[in-house]
Amino acid sequence: MAFQDFRPAALGQALRPNIWDVVALILVIGAMVLIVYGGEQTTAPLSALEVTPVSLDPANLPLYALRTTLRMLLAIVCSIIFTFAYAALAAKSRRAEMVLIPLLDILQSVPILGFLTFTVVFFMNLFPGRVFGAELACVFAIFTSQAWNMTFSMYQSIRNVPKDLEEASLSFHLSGWQRFWRLDVPFAMPGLIWNTMMSMSGGWFFVVASEAITVGNTTVMLPGIGSYVALGIQKQDLPAIGYAILTMLLVIIAYDQLLFRPVVAWADKFRFEQTASASAPDSWMLDLFRRTRALRALSVPFAALRRAVSNWQIAWPARLKLKMASRGSGPPSRLVDALWIALVIAATGYAAWRIHRYLSATLGLADLLAAVGYGLITLARVVVLIALATLIWVPVGVWIGLRPKLAERIQPLAQFLAAFPANLAFPVFVVVIVRYGLNPNIWLSPLMILGTQWYILFNVIAGASAFPTDLREAAGSFHLRGWRWWIKVILPGIFPYYITGAITASGGSWNASIVAEVASWGDTHLTATGIGAYIAAATETGDFPRVVLGIAVMCILVTLFNRLLWRPLYAFGERRLRLG
Amino acid sequence: MLDLATQASLLDIRNVCRSFPKGSGADLLVLERVDLTIHAGEIVGLLGRSGSGKSTLLRIIAGLIAPSSGDARCRGETIKGPPNGVAMVFQSFALFPWLTVLQNVELGLEALGIDSAERRTRALAAIDLIGLDGFESAYPKELSGGMRQRVGFARALVVHPDLLLMDEPFSALDVLTAETLRTDLIDLWIEGRLPIKSVLMVTHNIEEAVLMCDRILVFSSNPGRVAAEIKIDLPHPRNRLDPTFRQLVDSIYARMTQRAEPKTPAIEGIHGTGVGMILNHISSNVLSGLIETLAGPPYNGHADLPVLANHLQLEADDIFHLGEALQLLRFAQLSEGDLMLTDAGKRFAHLETDARKKLFAEHLLNFVPVIGLIRRVLDERPSHTAPAARFRNELEDYMSEDYADETLKTIVSWGRYSELFAYDEQSELFSLENPH
Repeated sequence: MAFQDFRPAALGQALRPNIWDVVALILVIGAMVLIVYGGEQTTAPLSALEVTPVSLDPANLPLYALRTTLRMLLAIVCSIIFTFAYAALAAKSRRAEMVLIPLLDILQSVPILGFLTFTVVFFMNLFPGRVFGAELACVFAIFTSQAWNMTFSMYQSIRNVPKDLEEASLSFHLSGWQRFWRLDVPFAMPGLIWNTMMSMSGGWFFVVASEAITVGNTTVMLPGIGSYVALGIQKQDLPAIGYAILTMLLVIIAYDQLLFRPVVAWADKFRFEQTASASAPDSWMLDLFRRTRALRALSVPFAALRRAVSNWQIAWPARLKLKMASRGSGPPSRLVDALWIALVIAATGYAAWRIHRYLSATLGLADLLAAVGYGLITLARVVVLIALATLIWVPVGVWIGLRPKLAERIQPLAQFLAAFPANLAFPVFVVVIVRYGLNPNIWLSPLMILGTQWYILFNVIAGASAFPTDLREAAGSFHLRGWRWWIKVILPGIFPYYITGAITASGGSWNASIVAEVASWGDTHLTATGIGAYIAAATETGDFPRVVLGIAVMCILVTLFNRLLWRPLYAFGERRLRLG
Repeated sequence: MLDLATQASLLDIRNVCRSFPKGSGADLLVLERVDLTIHAGEIVGLLGRSGSGKSTLLRIIAGLIAPSSGDARCRGETIKGPPNGVAMVFQSFALFPWLTVLQNVELGLEALGIDSAERRTRALAAIDLIGLDGFESAYPKELSGGMRQRVGFARALVVHPDLLLMDEPFSALDVLTAETLRTDLIDLWIEGRLPIKSVLMVTHNIEEAVLMCDRILVFSSNPGRVAAEIKIDLPHPRNRLDPTFRQLVDSIYARMTQRAEPKTPAIEGIHGTGVGMILNHISSNVLSGLIETLAGPPYNGHADLPVLANHLQLEADDIFHLGEALQLLRFAQLSEGDLMLTDAGKRFAHLETDARKKLFAEHLLNFVPVIGLIRRVLDERPSHTAPAARFRNELEDYMSEDYADETLKTIVSWGRYSELFAYDEQSELFSLENPH
């Protein structure tokens, strides 16, 4: 074995279990049992859902939480596999890149619940009469809320692998496959993990929204926290909502402590820096597993297997090799490029024509204008909300960020709040709006930003904490105070961080609009005018052409909004205001 | 030691040229008709200024880029991709930060498909040889620069290459560390303990080349070609203070200052043709400081370059850049490894800030064609502004994008100091709006 001749003395000891082994073993077996138990439920026939419908008995909540968690887990696994394949293909093949990257950009701006409408029918037909089909549709919806930013992150990392490491791996004859596992993946790891965590946070929102699916006449309620909440709203059961919120709280804490902390602490070694950082992230869970003896010894064969797999001698079209060949014999084949581009254009044209035919069969210009009008109303809502959130959270974030002790305590809280599915809090708003007779067009709007405003807060806190002390001291010694201090000192200092947070918040708000512009409490249905409500209404009546139109309009608006506002601001911040 | 004559050549480079696509139009020639043969048992140095194409040549030999024309063979086989039996040590170390020292060293063996037991034995042997004992399980970020480069050496040696390529391996290290590492390496080499046949190293440090190599190929710039081949017969260990050693260093300095001239065509006094001159970015502060140093004792207007480089703790390459900038501005004259202040230079040394700026501006206008051009364009235009892109395009007719960037940066910095024109970074606009 690989480790034997390295530390032979330690081996005898390594096999004797210690106390940590017992704890770790219980955790591992427990996780396995839960996964199997949860998995068994999904093979039940669809009729089982009618025999034992979702009930509001709090005793069922642990099981519901488990089912919801497993869906999340499955979705994140799918997202990771998708990310590896898609990002690798886009980064390694120039022709694939031409199509895949713009496509990803669009996919990112498609409202997630839009996917649900189309896929639920497809997946239900795939496994007729089985719960499994509906489960897959739900998992797919969560997947679509997670995958894109992870893929982007990985693609960008692979494209930015340091030149010297690339040369070293070529020079030492690493095959394309080896290079992928030894260089590309480790280098992409920190960014990927961070994005996975962000995706997970977003995912909770959509898992809750997508468990109770209604498309036209089909209504499926998968056992889970989301369905529980949906039922609670239907039955106007406020205590049930409270239980659900509490359960969700516990689930998110467990996820954070048992899964993400250990992963982040473990992945610290992949951070690409040449000096050791002052404070490395730590996790009690990871420490626990690192202290085990027998389990670690058992893991050695797995590590060896992983090594063996990553050492497979599979040839891979490495970019540099392509360059190598092409430099010798002229530029890459123009003819093939031209054919490829022609093919892409033809496919796009055909798709455009099909869409036009499909939509124009039932919809006219008036419908288009109406949809665009609704889109602009939602746009106005997003802009106003981001502005309001900025006014509130930037000063608060700066205030917290400049106090390191406080920031240390608040930061995890803000991240936690971002992960908390805000739709659980919707019923409370609805009750208040109904009781006081408020205008839903105004008062439903805050729901859109309820979950996403925290991104602004924790990014601003991060920015303010990273603000160099010497600059603060310089500002102090020149007696810069009040407005001048805000405009000349701190706002430029936190700008890049703020923009990152605002982009995330704005994207999240668009997505949330489908859920947030329509809210109900028992028989009371509140609707705000906007593209989100438009899509939601069309989905409910099974009016597919309008769903397509609504999603297309939203997609275009989001893309334009990003291109025309956020990207230039982001570029400006990175170029002019990035400190250090 | 191996007998040179009976050994077949390890490496054969014949007539190799390499050009890169330029910002506009025709390609930029970096290497022109280079010949190089390496036999077993020798350390060969490629010595040249930055931009002389020596690193490009090394990468052609390493199989990382292909030559545009010519023939490159390693052990008789044409190089297509990284050849077997060649390993490389990088200037930036190029260690994988997520692998431990041991794993980094084993990496090259894994790629060769060597089984784990032998891999471990060989890796530990290489680690032992290079003096990294006890650091096997450390991550690169826990190590000092010198230790990191030792890992780089161990990783290259463990595959038992015939030819070891080194790309400025000591230039990222501090003076003391670099010296220790050089000596250790040479000791291992003369004791015959390195599992390699030959070494090819790229450097711009003249003393380093003389200290380590059996043969030095001096490269000239633009385009890079072999200007001279120098055999060093001094026995190891070599002493830097040895008169023969000093003489060799001096003669190489002299040779390299001679060759530097074709780079600045305006020296012949033909105005207007030198727009395509590459200007290395050197701050006006450094230039002023150098002029003052030269004017004062002990130099009194005349300095020997190696001595000056030593005094200022500068690499040969940096001192060349400085000397050339002064020569270009007619504040000093470079010849035969010496740097002499001109009358203008001596005058400059004794002036006040504003007068210096005036003199500097005068010389810029007279001797740096591209600055004269910018000023003329600004004067002629009614708006007195001009976008940087206009001049960048013109520069890119003569040089690569990187050099055009560097040249533009120099123009901006010198123009600002001399108050000939102003530049707005955000709008990328030159203008005459100097607040006077």
